[in-house]
Formats: sequence, C-alpha cells, structure tokens
Amino acid sequence: MSTGTEQLVESELDTQEAHAHHGPAKGISRWFLTTNHKDIGSMYLWFSLVMFMTGGCMALLIRAELFQPGLQFLEPAFFNQMTTMHGLIMVFGAVMPAFVGLANWMIPMMIGAPDMALPRLNNWSFWILPFAFSIMLMTLFMEGGGPNFGWTFYAPLSTTFAPPSVTYFIFAVHMMGISSIMGAINVIVTILNMRPPGMIMMKLPLFVWTWLITAFLLILVMPVLAGVVTMMLMDIHFGTSFFNAAGGGDPVLFQHIFWFFGHPEVYIMILPAFGIVSEIIPTFARKKLFGYSSMVYATSSIAFLSFIVWAHHMFTVGIPLMGELFFMFATMLIAVPTGVKVFNWVATMFRGSMTFETPMLFAIAFVVLFSIGGFSGLMLAIAPADFQYHDTYFVVAHFHYVLVPGSIFSIMAGVYYWLPKWTGNYYDEKMGRLHFWLSFVGINITFFPMHFVGLAGMPRRVPDYALQFADFNAVSSVGAFLFGFSQLLFIYNVVCCIRKRNQATDRVWEGAHGLEWSVPSPAPYHTFTKPPKVD
Amino acid sequence: MAPKSHKKLLTQLLLGTAAMFGFGFALVPLYDVFCDITGINGKVDLTPAKYSSTETSNREVKIQFIAVNNESMPWSFKPTQASLRVKLGKTYQTAYWAKNLTANYMVAQAVPSVAPSEAAQYLQKVDCFCFNRQPLNAGEQREMGLAFNVLAGMPEHIKTITLSYTLFDITATSAKDVASNN
Repeated sequence: MSTGTEQLVESELDTQEAHAHHGPAKGISRWFLTTNHKDIGSMYLWFSLVMFMTGGCMALLIRAELFQPGLQFLEPAFFNQMTTMHGLIMVFGAVMPAFVGLANWMIPMMIGAPDMALPRLNNWSFWILPFAFSIMLMTLFMEGGGPNFGWTFYAPLSTTFAPPSVTYFIFAVHMMGISSIMGAINVIVTILNMRPPGMIMMKLPLFVWTWLITAFLLILVMPVLAGVVTMMLMDIHFGTSFFNAAGGGDPVLFQHIFWFFGHPEVYIMILPAFGIVSEIIPTFARKKLFGYSSMVYATSSIAFLSFIVWAHHMFTVGIPLMGELFFMFATMLIAVPTGVKVFNWVATMFRGSMTFETPMLFAIAFVVLFSIGGFSGLMLAIAPADFQYHDTYFVVAHFHYVLVPGSIFSIMAGVYYWLPKWTGNYYDEKMGRLHFWLSFVGINITFFPMHFVGLAGMPRRVPDYALQFADFNAVSSVGAFLFGFSQLLFIYNVVCCIRKRNQATDRVWEGAHGLEWSVPSPAPYHTFTKPPKVD
Repeated sequence: MAPKSHKKLLTQLLLGTAAMFGFGFALVPLYDVFCDITGINGKVDLTPAKYSSTETSNREVKIQFIAVNNESMPWSFKPTQASLRVKLGKTYQTAYWAKNLTANYMVAQAVPSVAPSEAAQYLQKVDCFCFNRQPLNAGEQREMGLAFNVLAGMPEHIKTITLSYTLFDITATSAKDVASNN
C-alpha cells in the first residue's frame, strides 16, 4: 500500500501488550456474547466453511447423477431441490459470509481502528445466519420437499407451483437479508467514521475500498430482494396478484425485480475478491500496486454499471429490440473497467520479483480464470447469440468460472495470506501448493467441458440428458470429485496451522505492506486501541 | 482520537435501507408506467377507444388471432376467424368463441397481448370481451365480440399484427366479489 502507512510507534506497541490481558471470555459463552471483530470474523469464516462443504456435497450429488445419462441416484424432484439449494447455499451461505468474515477480521486492522463501529450489531448479524440456514435446510425434510425452483426462484414456479415449504424459504431469505444489511451498515460506518487521523480515503487498502463499495451495493439491493420475496409471500398467502397474470399481475415483473437485485448481487460476490487479489499480488511481486486510483474508479464504475444491465439475464423473455440493444451495449461496457483491473494486476506483476507462495498461486489463477469467465460473459452479452446459449450449460460454465476460481479462489488466497497473522503460525506451504494444484486442475476439468456441452445445446437444471453429452459430463463429474475432495486438504492444513507451532514473523511475508502487518503474530485480541500514526 | 458519532450516519443508512425496500414495491407501478409510455411488452389498453377518432388510409395489414388457455382452464376457446386483412383506420368486427366444458358455473377473464409489442399502442379496441369477465354456465357456449381498428400512424415496417388472448379461470375470486356486493 502507500508508503509508511504501516509505521507504528514503539510506545504504542507496548500499550497493546499491556492490553493483551483483556483476553477473550472463557467458555462457550465467549462465542455467543462476543463483540470482538476477530472472534466474529472467525465465526463467519467457520460458518461459511461449513456451508461451503454442505453446498459442495450437494454439487457432488448433482455431478454423481450426471456422470451417466439416465437416472441413477436421485429422483428428478430431489435433483431440482439439490440444484436450488446448492445455488442458494453457495451464494448466501458460503461466499457472502466468507467475505463478511474477512471484512470483520481485516478492515479494522487495515485502517487502524480498534474494532468495528457497531460491535453488538456485529454479533447479531452473525448469529442470525445459523438460524436462517437451519430454516433453509429444514425444508428438505418437509412434506413436498425443499425449494425446487432454482436459486433464481422465478414466479410463478416459486409461487403458484411451489412446495408448501416455500414460506420457510422466504423467511430464511428475509433473515439472511437482514444479516447482510446489518453487516454492510457496520462496514460503512467503520470505514467512514473509524479511520485514524491521516488515513485519508485514497490511502485505504484496496480490500477496504472494494468492501466499502460492496457494502453500498448491499444496502441498495438487499432490501429489493426482501421486497420481492415479500411480494411472493403475499401472492401465496394473502391473495394478491403481483406475479399472477390471471389477477392482472405479470410474471415477467418478477424477473425484472429479481435481477435488479440479482445483478448487483453478482458484483457483491466479486468486488471484495478484486480487493483481496489487489492486496496479494503486490506483496508477492514486491512492487506497489500499479494504478491504485484507477482501481478505485474502476471498482466504482463496475458498481454503477451493475444497476443498468439487469435485463441481460432476460434477453429471451420477449423484451423489445431497443431494450435488447441497450442492455447488450451496457453489459459490454462493463468489460472496460474490468479490463482496467486485469491490466493493472498484470502490470503489477510485470518485472516484479515474483515468488509463488500459495496465496500468490491462487491470486494468479484468479486473474487468468476470472478472465475466462469474463470472456464467456461477453459472449453471453451478445443478445442474438444469447438466444442460443440461454439456459444451457454454457451459462453454467460461465458463472462457475467467475464464482469458483473467481470468488472462491480469492477467498482461499485471502485465507492463506492472512492465516499466519490470525493464528501466529505458518501453514504447511507444500500442502498449500498441493491443494492449489489439485483445485486448479479439478476446477478446469469440471467446468471447461461445460462450455462445449452448453454450446451443443445441453440445457441446465436437468437430471438426465441426451446421449451425445455423456463423455463430457463424465469428465466434468470426475473433475468435480477431484476438486471437492481436495478441499479436505485445505481444512486439514488450516486445522494444523491453528494447532502446530511454526511461529510466523510479524510481517509474515517479506513484501507485505499495510497496518495489519505491523501488529504481532498472532494478532492480539485488541489491536489499535490507540490510533496508529499514519503518514 | 475522539470517536465520531455514528448516529447520523447510521440513521442515514437505515433510512436508505427502508427507502430501497419501498423502491422494490414502487417498481411494480413504475414498470407498468414505463411499459405504458413506451408501448413495450405488448400491454394493451383496457379502456374502449372512440369510434370516430381515426383517419383512414389505404394501407392494409394482416391481423392474426390467437387463443390460449391458461394452465388447466377447461374451456374450449378459439377465434371465429384465424386472420383478417384490415385497412388502417377502419373499424372491424370479429369474435371469439368459448364453451364451458365442465359441469360447473365458471367465470373467465381474457387478457390480451399484442406482437410485435411496437404495434400494441396502434391497435385500438372499440369493444372487447376482455373489458368484462365472462361467466358461462355448465356446457354453455357463446360468441364474444371484438371491435377494433388500427391507427393510421403505425410504422411502415409492421405488416402483420398478432393479437393473442389468454383465458384465465377467475371463478374463485369473482365469487367472492359477488358475495361482497350482495
């Protein structure tokens, strides 16, 4: 980051040592009652790991069924529940809480604040989540089964034709929405109000910047999601006709409102990833980030554009030509700020003295594979071509390329990068690299063939398929199991890192810059109780 | 550092959240208004047009009539003429035919849609069975009238207009209305 922000006066370090005896409370109630940003950050991360494994098991069930044409393991009705739940859990349970966890841990330490601005709200926003997802998962055991209408829950499939458990689904979405909104409010207040003197906005680390913008997106769109599920609830139980054509409503209206939330939501899941990668690449390239301010402006433009492209998810519903053209061009415009970012990352690496520790491997894979996902996104943005690709496996390949080696890889990169700071120990580097290569290979084997079956016309969300897709699907399934099981290595590595002593230095990485590296490893329970000097 | 007060910012953010929740609902009428102004979505005006408001022209276009039963609507429902060639500005009459195939009294509502959507605002209905709900007793059948004209100002490139009606079963809701009226 900017030069010298990390300098901490010696006497302040001493004060922090003196504060260290205000450790965490003892026993299990520590976790229920804690208002400490590090505790809450850890809980978010563990929660998201559990959800990641849950959603992952569902993905493996899906891939097991699709290994061969015909029906082998799952009833079609249950298959639909699996695709729906896999999507919902990965989006709302794995990726979003993981980013909030990283924000909780890192934002106060990166800007030099003692804690999040609203610590009790912080506790509450976390503890809503386990309940929300218990309710969500409970529906699988109810009569009629869980949600089976896809994670986008299009009406009237999710209203008129939904299983009775949809009401629980709506309630769970409300709860996780409240949690996200409170988390976002906390992030904004912390960043705007808790910066020490001298930490001006344009000195903020990029992870903080991207999260600030993400938090604004969350506040702007999560209430709209709450609104749309409320309308569903009213259509189902209170006789309104928001989405019911017989009563004068409009099913296409659902898609407009959903994607008004849904497209910014996509960027909510990728902007913090941009931030993480922008922290890691300079560290291991041992160069300052190229084009810091252009990164900030590019992120802001992406956030703005995310509000005017939603109908590119709906090219085939029958919107008029002018609409198709507008949304096509607006969507393509996003490639410009995204291109700026990719260019900056590459320029940061250019002529740097790079080393390839696990976080850097994940970060580089992010840049490469996210770009592939971006390019298939550009193909989908071409309205006339989209009529061919729509609802095929090409779309599945596209969004998994931006979400798995995009968001998930960035989260893993971030975890490996900051783990020594959190635990005070280095993780096993060899095992980390092995985990990376298995994941990298696994993911490409899983998702690359999906491009081809999609272009050849295999529809998504089907438990069975035409025989000509058999080989590519078998390959995808093998890759999925490779990727899925190699995550056990990740868990093992993290657990070992917490338990085994392999003392990390305070700076951890030779090329690391930023306030978070100026505190001891492991980071004491309270940091920056006195504001650091930033110059 | 004296901590800044979070109250003001917090209030603003909470108000923003509440406003966006409201905006989600405001999208419902906004969407209709937007479709109305632009004529997108083939939404058709459900108020009768005046007879004499149009200038005539010699240009002819073809109008196709389509009938669709929503979900499991158990009526027989079709247009009496599959298509018509019409002169712009002149008023024409045609009809749809419906028969209640069940053993129960039912009420239906037809919802029109026009393709291409650009043409929606030029297709004027002078009289239409879609303006009213259509009750039929068990086994009863009826011709339901439709009078319309196409405004002369319609863009040249539109040669064919498709007018589609979807028939919905509204027996349950209209029974309630009748009960409350009595």
